[in-house]
Amino acid sequence: MTATVPLDDSDQLAGTGFEVHSDEGAAPREEVVGFGFWVFLLSDIVIFASFFAAYAVLRNSTAGGADSRALFSLGNVALETLCLLLSSYACALAHVALARRAAAAFLIGLAATFALGALFLTLEIREFADFLARGATPQSSAFLSAFFALVGLHGAHISAGLIWLAGLAALFVLQGSGARYGSRFFCFALYWHALDLVWIGIFTVVYLMGVLP
Amino acid sequence: MFGRLTLAAIPTGEPIALGAALAVLAVVLATLAWLTWRGAWPYLWREWITSVDHKRIGIMYCALGLVMLLRGFSDALMMRTHLALTVGGGSGYLPPDHYNQIFSAHGVIMIFFVAMPFVVGLMNFVTPLQLGGRDVAFPVLNSVSFWLTAAGALLVNLSLGIGNFERAGWLPYPPLSETTYSPDVGVDYWAWSLQIAGVGTLMSGVNLLATILKTRARGMRYTRMPMFCWTALAANLLIVAAFPILTATIAMLTLDRMAGFHFFTNDAGGNPMMFVNLVWAWGHPEVYILILPCFGIFSEVVPTFSRKPLFGYRSMVAATMAICVLSFMVWLHHFFTMGAGANINAVFGVLSMIIAVPTGVKVFNWLFTMYGGKVEFSVPMLWSLAFMSTFVIGGMTGVLLAIPPVDFVVHNSQFLVAHFHNVIIGGVLFGVFAGVNYWFPKAFGFMLDERLGKAAFWCWVVGFYLAFMPLYALGLMGMTRRLNVAYMPQWGPWTLVAAVGALVIFAGILLMLAQLYVSIRRRAALRAGDDPWDARTLEWAASSPPPAWNFDRLPVVACLDELWARKTGARKETPLWLDDKPFHMPRNSAIGVALAAAATFFGFAMVWRIDWLAIAAALAALTAVIGFAARRNLEVAVAPNEKAPA
Ligand code: HEM
Ligand SMILES: [Cu+2]
Repeated sequence: MTATVPLDDSDQLAGTGFEVHSDEGAAPREEVVGFGFWVFLLSDIVIFASFFAAYAVLRNSTAGGADSRALFSLGNVALETLCLLLSSYACALAHVALARRAAAAFLIGLAATFALGALFLTLEIREFADFLARGATPQSSAFLSAFFALVGLHGAHISAGLIWLAGLAALFVLQGSGARYGSRFFCFALYWHALDLVWIGIFTVVYLMGVLP
Repeated sequence: MFGRLTLAAIPTGEPIALGAALAVLAVVLATLAWLTWRGAWPYLWREWITSVDHKRIGIMYCALGLVMLLRGFSDALMMRTHLALTVGGGSGYLPPDHYNQIFSAHGVIMIFFVAMPFVVGLMNFVTPLQLGGRDVAFPVLNSVSFWLTAAGALLVNLSLGIGNFERAGWLPYPPLSETTYSPDVGVDYWAWSLQIAGVGTLMSGVNLLATILKTRARGMRYTRMPMFCWTALAANLLIVAAFPILTATIAMLTLDRMAGFHFFTNDAGGNPMMFVNLVWAWGHPEVYILILPCFGIFSEVVPTFSRKPLFGYRSMVAATMAICVLSFMVWLHHFFTMGAGANINAVFGVLSMIIAVPTGVKVFNWLFTMYGGKVEFSVPMLWSLAFMSTFVIGGMTGVLLAIPPVDFVVHNSQFLVAHFHNVIIGGVLFGVFAGVNYWFPKAFGFMLDERLGKAAFWCWVVGFYLAFMPLYALGLMGMTRRLNVAYMPQWGPWTLVAAVGALVIFAGILLMLAQLYVSIRRRAALRAGDDPWDARTLEWAASSPPPAWNFDRLPVVACLDELWARKTGARKETPLWLDDKPFHMPRNSAIGVALAAAATFFGFAMVWRIDWLAIAAALAALTAVIGFAARRNLEVAVAPNEKAPA
C-alpha cells in the first residue's frame, strides 16, 4: 500500500504526518554545479596553502644568494594588484550584464577582464625575467624555489583562466547564452575572484612581509 | 627521440623481474584476445567503458581493486617467502635492489590501487541508492575520476617491464628520493602515477560531497541519513581537504627532480623534513579516508543481521565527525623521532590517543547493537565480527605507538608493520569484504556462494593472525622494517610462521576467486530478490540490479531506516513516493577513457622525458575537453517503466 505525491506540491503532504518541506530533495541543477565548483575551488586553495606553507618554511633559506629584500620592488607589485582587482571588478560587471541579457555590455566586460588579466600576467613575466637576468633562478636557493613555485602557480592559474575566458567568449558569440551558459559563467567568476583572494595572500605574505622590516 | 627510453629499460638482466613482467603481459594479452574472440568489445564499450552510471563505475572500481590485490599480494608473498628462505643463513632469491622495489610497489599498490578503489567504489555504488537519488551529482565527472585512477594503476604496472619502480618505500622520503640518490625513473613513475590517480580521487571526492549534501531524497534530513552515508560524507570531506596536499607535495618533489628546484634537497637550503611533514599531513587523513567508510559498512551490516536498529545513531554520527576533525591534528606521530622536542611530541601523542575515544564509542555501539539481537552469522556479519576483535588489537597497538618514548623504541620496526597491517587488513580489507558480500546481490541480482565465502573468510582470518602477530614479537626483538635478511637466529621461527600465514591468506584469496567463479556459474540458482537480507535502508527498495536511474519513482523519507519502517508497518503513515514524471539521465560519454589515455601517455612521457609525446598528449586532452564542452544533447529523457536508453 503506497501513495504518490506530485514533485512540486508539498501542500498535499499537510496533515499526513510527514514533516517534509518543499525545499528538500535534490537541489536544482545550477545550485549543484555551483556548489561542486565551489568545493573544487576550496581544494585548489588547499594546494595554494601547501605552497604557502613551503614558502614560509623556506623564505630565509637563501643559501647565501639574493634574499627577498634585495629582489622585490613594491611598485611593480602594486601595479599587478591594481590590474588584478580591476579585472575582477570588470568580471563582476560582466556578470551583471549577463544577468540583464545585455550582450554588448557583457562582451565588453569580458574583454576588459581579459585585458587586465593579460596585463597582470605580462607584469609578472617581466618581473620573473628580471629576476632570472639577475641570476636569481629557482635553482639557486630553496627560497627562490618556493617563491617561483608559489607565485608561478598563481600565474599559471591566471593563464588557464584567460584561456577559459576566451573559450567562454567564443561560445557566447557562436551559440549565444544557452541553458547552461549562466552556470558556466558563474563558475568562471568564482574562479577569477578566488584567484584575487590568493593574490592578496601572496601580496601580504611574500611581498609585504618580504620587504618590510 | 625517446628521451631516456632505450632498449636497456627492459630488465633483461633480472630474470625474476623479467619473468613477472612477461607473465603479466601474457595474462593481459590472453584476456584481451579472449574478449575479442567472444566479441565482447561493443558490449563492454557501451555498457561499461563509456558508462556514467554510478553503479557500473562503482563496480569497475571494485574490479580494479580486486585485480590490483592480486598484484599487491604477489609482492607480499614474494617478500614473505624470500625472508623465510633467509632464515638460518640462506640468501633468499630476491636481489636487494629488487627487494626494495617490491616493498615499495607493494605499499603503493595496496594503498592507492586496492584499498582506495574498493572504498571509493563502494561509496560510489551505495550512496546515491541509500540517499534515494538517481545518480551522483556529476555522472560524467565520475567516469573521468575512475579512468584516471585506472590510468595511475596502469603506469605503476608499466614500471614492471619498462624501466623499474622506486626503491625508497611507499612514501619515498627525500633526500633518498632526490635525483642525487635515485637518478633513475623509479621515483618518477611513483610521482606521475599518483599525481594522475590523485586528481581522479580528488574529483570523486568533490562529486560525492556534492551528491551527499545536495541530492538527497525529499525528507532525507541529516538525522535520517544512513550511517554509511555519514561516514562517506566524512571521508569525502577528508579527500577534498587532504588530497590537494598530496598533489602539492608530489609537485614539489617533481620540480626538484625535473627542474632542479630545492624544496627537499640537502643543499641550497632545501628541507627534507618538510616533505615528511607535508606528506603525512595528507597521509594521516588518508588512513581515515579508508577506514571511515568501512566503519559505515559495519554500521549497516551489524543492524541488518542483528535485526535491530543501530545502537546510538547520534553518538555514531558525532564520533564520525570527531574523528574527521581530529585526523588532521595528529600527523606528527609518524615521525616523533624527527626531534621536534618533548613538548610537541607530547601534544601530538595525546591528540593521537584521543582518537581512540570516538573509535571506542563506535565499537561499543556495534556491540550494543548485537546485544539482545537475533544475530545471523552470514558472511558479511562474520567479516564484521572478525573486524571488531582484530581492529581493537590494532587500535591498542596504535595507542602504544602514540606514546613517544615507546615509539622511539619500536619506530620503523616490524612492530609498526604489524600495527598498520592489523588496522588496514583487519579494518579496511575486512570492511571491504563485508561490503562486497553484502551489496553483491544488489549489484548483480544474485547471491555470492555462502560456503566458499565462509571458507575464504576463515583462511583470511587465520592467515592474518599467523602472518602478522609474529611481527609484533619480531619488532620487540629488534627486527627493523624493510629488512631483506632475517639474520638473527631468534627471528627464525617467527619469520617462518609469518610465511605460513601468508600462504594461508593465499588460500583465502584463491577461495574468494573460486567463490566469484562458482557464483557466476550458478547464478540462476542463486538469484536474489530485491531485499535478500531483509535490510533496513533504501538501496534495498530498488530492484536488483537497479535500472540506470535507480528508482522508477523516488521515495519520500520520513525517518531513519525508512525501508524497515515501510516493511514492518512500524509507522502508521502510508509510504510515499514522488510522482512518476519523465526525467532526464546523462548520456554515455567517452571523455573519461579518452582523458585517461591521454594522461597515461602524458605520465609515461614525463617519466621518460619524451617531450613531443608529452605535448601531443596534453593537446589531445585539451581537444577532448573542448569537444566535450561544445557537445549538445547531453541527456536523454526517460519515462519510468521504460526500456533502458540506447
Ligand atoms: C594480504 C596480505 C599482506 C601481506 C602478507 C603483507 C606483507 C607485507 C610485508 C612483508 C611488508 C614489508 C614489511 C617490511 O618493511 O619489512 C609489507 C609492507 C607494507 N604493506 Fe603489506 N602485506 C599485506 C597486505 C597489505 C595491505 C592490504 C596493505 C594496504 C592496504 C598493505 C600495505 C603495506 C604498506 C604501506 C607497507 C610498507 C611498504 C614500505 O615499507 O614502504 N599491505 N607488507
Ligand atoms: Cu597517523
